[in-house]
Amino acid sequence: MIEFTLWDILRNLLLAARWTIVLSLIAFAGGACVGMPLTIARISEHGVVRKCAGAYIAFFQGTPLLVQIFLAFFGLALLGFDVPPLAAAALALTLYTSAFLAEIWRGAIESVPSGQWEGARSLALTRFQQMRFIILPQALRVGIGPTAGFSVQVIKGTALASIIGFVELTKAGTMIVNATFDPFRVYGLLALFYFALCYPLSLGAKAIEKRMAVQGH
Amino acid sequence: MNLALSDLTDHGGLFLNGAALTLALTAFAILAGMLLGVLGAAGRRSSLAPVRWVCGAYVELIRNTPFIVQLFFIFFGLPKLGVKLSSVEAAFLALSINLGGYATEIIRAGLDAIGKGSWEAGFSLGLSRWQTFRLVILVPALQKVWPALTSQFIIILLGSSVVSQIAVEDLTYVGSYIQSRNFRAFETTLVVAGLYLCLAIGAQQLFKRIGRRLFAYAEMAR
Repeated sequence: MIEFTLWDILRNLLLAARWTIVLSLIAFAGGACVGMPLTIARISEHGVVRKCAGAYIAFFQGTPLLVQIFLAFFGLALLGFDVPPLAAAALALTLYTSAFLAEIWRGAIESVPSGQWEGARSLALTRFQQMRFIILPQALRVGIGPTAGFSVQVIKGTALASIIGFVELTKAGTMIVNATFDPFRVYGLLALFYFALCYPLSLGAKAIEKRMAVQGH
Repeated sequence: MNLALSDLTDHGGLFLNGAALTLALTAFAILAGMLLGVLGAAGRRSSLAPVRWVCGAYVELIRNTPFIVQLFFIFFGLPKLGVKLSSVEAAFLALSINLGGYATEIIRAGLDAIGKGSWEAGFSLGLSRWQTFRLVILVPALQKVWPALTSQFIIILLGSSVVSQIAVEDLTYVGSYIQSRNFRAFETTLVVAGLYLCLAIGAQQLFKRIGRRLFAYAEMAR
């Protein structure tokens, strides 16, 4: 058995935390990129487009993230790629995030009273212009808080990448446990690491939501 | 790429067992989690500051750490304190505690939405604070946040797939077992995903019905 001091554990977790952060950033940025067209499709004037986007969202909100990660992992392998766990996890988390962000943003857009659309149309703005100049600035105020709040879900979601063998915080924790036989201390510290990552984001999201609500009145 | 779903047909019974355990775990976790949530929400409005503080810390700790870490801590970590749990017990405990944290926050929002008048009405009938909470405030408060609660229930149903990692033989575990036999990893996982989707849609309908039943008094009063 290797001797691990507290510092050894902390150092290894800190190093692994980088990968949790990297994966979170990829998933959030990727999710936003896919989520934007998805939102537009979700509120499209074409029924078929709307339904397809709805089905996509229902699938990613109605199945476990763990199963989605497995699907990405095995699915990419089936297509003949030799998949690194990071790629499979990033793909699954991106699609998962996009579905939730699209729902948040659709809610934000639909919270804008329909009179705003009518007013914009009566000014002879095109649908794009209505969106760009009238609706989005108002929807942004509603949507930004929950969007920031969802980043916490993304960070927590990356913990499941450990299951397909991607060495981020949780996987590193498990490996350290296997070396130290001290799950109580290591998983306790692991929880604190996640807390340190997520709590500031939670507070920030709450502050944004509060501020936007006050401005709205 | 060709899918070989036919390799899965003789595993129907296993899938059924897995789905049953997933549903059972979810159902019990919802009952226990709601109890924790109601107590937690009451605790956050307690007149005693330490109670408020403990309940607040519980909520933040649960909401800002991944479920898998909570599960591992309970299953692998707690034996050090002398609490040895079977994997199903640990899964149930972790799911309940997790839901309890979220439910506390949701129910608290429901309580906040109930006006002072309802409390005063209870007091004026000679009810104690606790009686007023239980008999007058709680049900309308739950009604206000029922949609948020039910989506949290669905999250617990789906999140329970993680308990397969401590060898609880739920739907996800069954999927892993089957694919280790037939080597049809993608197809098996696809079927598992489809089954979860069915469970989630079914559960959503069920919660809607339960809500209508639970809050039937409001319909009558209308």
